Amino acid sequence: MRAIGCITILALAGLVLPGGARAEDQRGIIMANTCHSCHGTDGRSVGAMPSIAGKSSDYIVETLRKFRDGKKPSTVMARIAKGFSDDEIVALAKHFAQQ
Amino acid sequence: MTKMKRRTFTHLAASAAGLSVLGFPMLARAKGANVVVIGGGFGGATAAKYLKRFDPSINVTMVEPAKSFVTCPFSNTVIGGLNPIGRITHGYDGLRKRGIKVVHDKAAAVNAAGRKVRLAGGATLSYDRLIVSPGIDFRWGAINGADASIAGVMPHAWQAGPQTVLLRRQLEAMPDGGVFVISPPVNPFRCPPGPGERISLVANYFKRSKPKSKIIVLDPKKKFSKQGLFKEGWAKLYGGMIDYRNLDNDGQVVRVDAGAMTLETNFGDMVKGDVVNFVPGQRAGKIAQSSGLADKTGWCPVDQLTFASRLLPNVHVIGDAAIAAPMPKSGFAASTQAKVCAAAVTALLSGRAVSKPKFVNTCYSLIAQDYGISVAMVYDFADGKIIKVKGSGGLSPSGASDAFHGQEADFARGWYDSITADIFG
Repeated sequence: MRAIGCITILALAGLVLPGGARAEDQRGIIMANTCHSCHGTDGRSVGAMPSIAGKSSDYIVETLRKFRDGKKPSTVMARIAKGFSDDEIVALAKHFAQQ
Repeated sequence: MTKMKRRTFTHLAASAAGLSVLGFPMLARAKGANVVVIGGGFGGATAAKYLKRFDPSINVTMVEPAKSFVTCPFSNTVIGGLNPIGRITHGYDGLRKRGIKVVHDKAAAVNAAGRKVRLAGGATLSYDRLIVSPGIDFRWGAINGADASIAGVMPHAWQAGPQTVLLRRQLEAMPDGGVFVISPPVNPFRCPPGPGERISLVANYFKRSKPKSKIIVLDPKKKFSKQGLFKEGWAKLYGGMIDYRNLDNDGQVVRVDAGAMTLETNFGDMVKGDVVNFVPGQRAGKIAQSSGLADKTGWCPVDQLTFASRLLPNVHVIGDAAIAAPMPKSGFAASTQAKVCAAAVTALLSGRAVSKPKFVNTCYSLIAQDYGISVAMVYDFADGKIIKVKGSGGLSPSGASDAFHGQEADFARGWYDSITADIFG
């Protein structure tokens, strides 16, 4: 009985909303989901915007900070990056690095 | 499963749900809950897809009368002759493959107390939570002579599909030297930069095919979205083709005569067009009106954290129909709200805390095929409301280079392809 119980609980846990364990992780996912509209589902773009899935976390953090601070030219990304704090940029970068 | 195992499973599943309330949210799931989504557009289809992504155990049923969806975004490229209607038409097979039940019927009534939706075809769907994304309805009759019957003569083309095709055919049939009259709606309405883009892409078509033609705009407002950028583009590309008259310049239409193809303005000017695109004022879609989700403004008040209706329990409203200001009524906003709402519904069904949302809206508009502009904003949630993040967002710069506008046009198409794949793929 105990063994079956453990397996069932693990199975239940395994299918949970990724990051659903903690509210701040879920906020990271919600933040990242809004990026899909231009950069594709999970950061895999099907159009002119660059894919961001699987890019290194450092690269994403550096690029978003440069956009935000006006050190890298962009059309719209400077306007968007200005809406995110350092911590939020790190959370987004970690999320897309794992896709 | 054996009898014993099934009993064990049920017992443990129940314990898991109980544990979650006591502080073990890892185990929280909305096992077997039923969510019905009304509407298969940018809001509804996204909500259905992301509910399944967040929690595959939720039974998701989406109710949408149309077998395929024609998007309002990019419909101006069809009206301007840059794309065929097939380019902006999307089927629902992608959603079906994800295990979403797509029912092609019309929602006729919501029974919030009984948690049931009655369909026009007679069937009844039960739900634990309902997400309503009905888009817009028109305020026919608000202006003298403007009842629903005029749409066959003066297409609004503000719900994409047959109306889009009708307006395109009328423009194709119009002789060179003809007059196109467009009357944008009063605020608030779907897609604030839509009229500016439509004027631009009709001008673009005339410049290519009917260069002696004119465009008269009768706008009942003082100003419109991205006005400076549109006017800059019009001056650069379309010379004197566009005669824009705002509220201060007798732009308000007070009477419509579809038989005479004439719009009468506040000061009695009779403006006749060969093609007339009259876009009426708007309100939340019909089911929102008949089910009591809309208030006296005609739109649906919601808790901006979860998009739960303030008027009916266990019902959420997203997209154009919802009062989500300061977010605009855009396809992007509807889709990103749908993800936030889907996450909230998943959390509520499994007893987890709802996370504060943070989201983006970007609206691209084309002034020509290779000339794009944009407006963007980042939104956060504070003091019970959606707020704009200070210092973020804003318009494309004025006086930008052709290369800049060319890149924004490429990104407009990139946005369209990514968001439609994200929703329907």
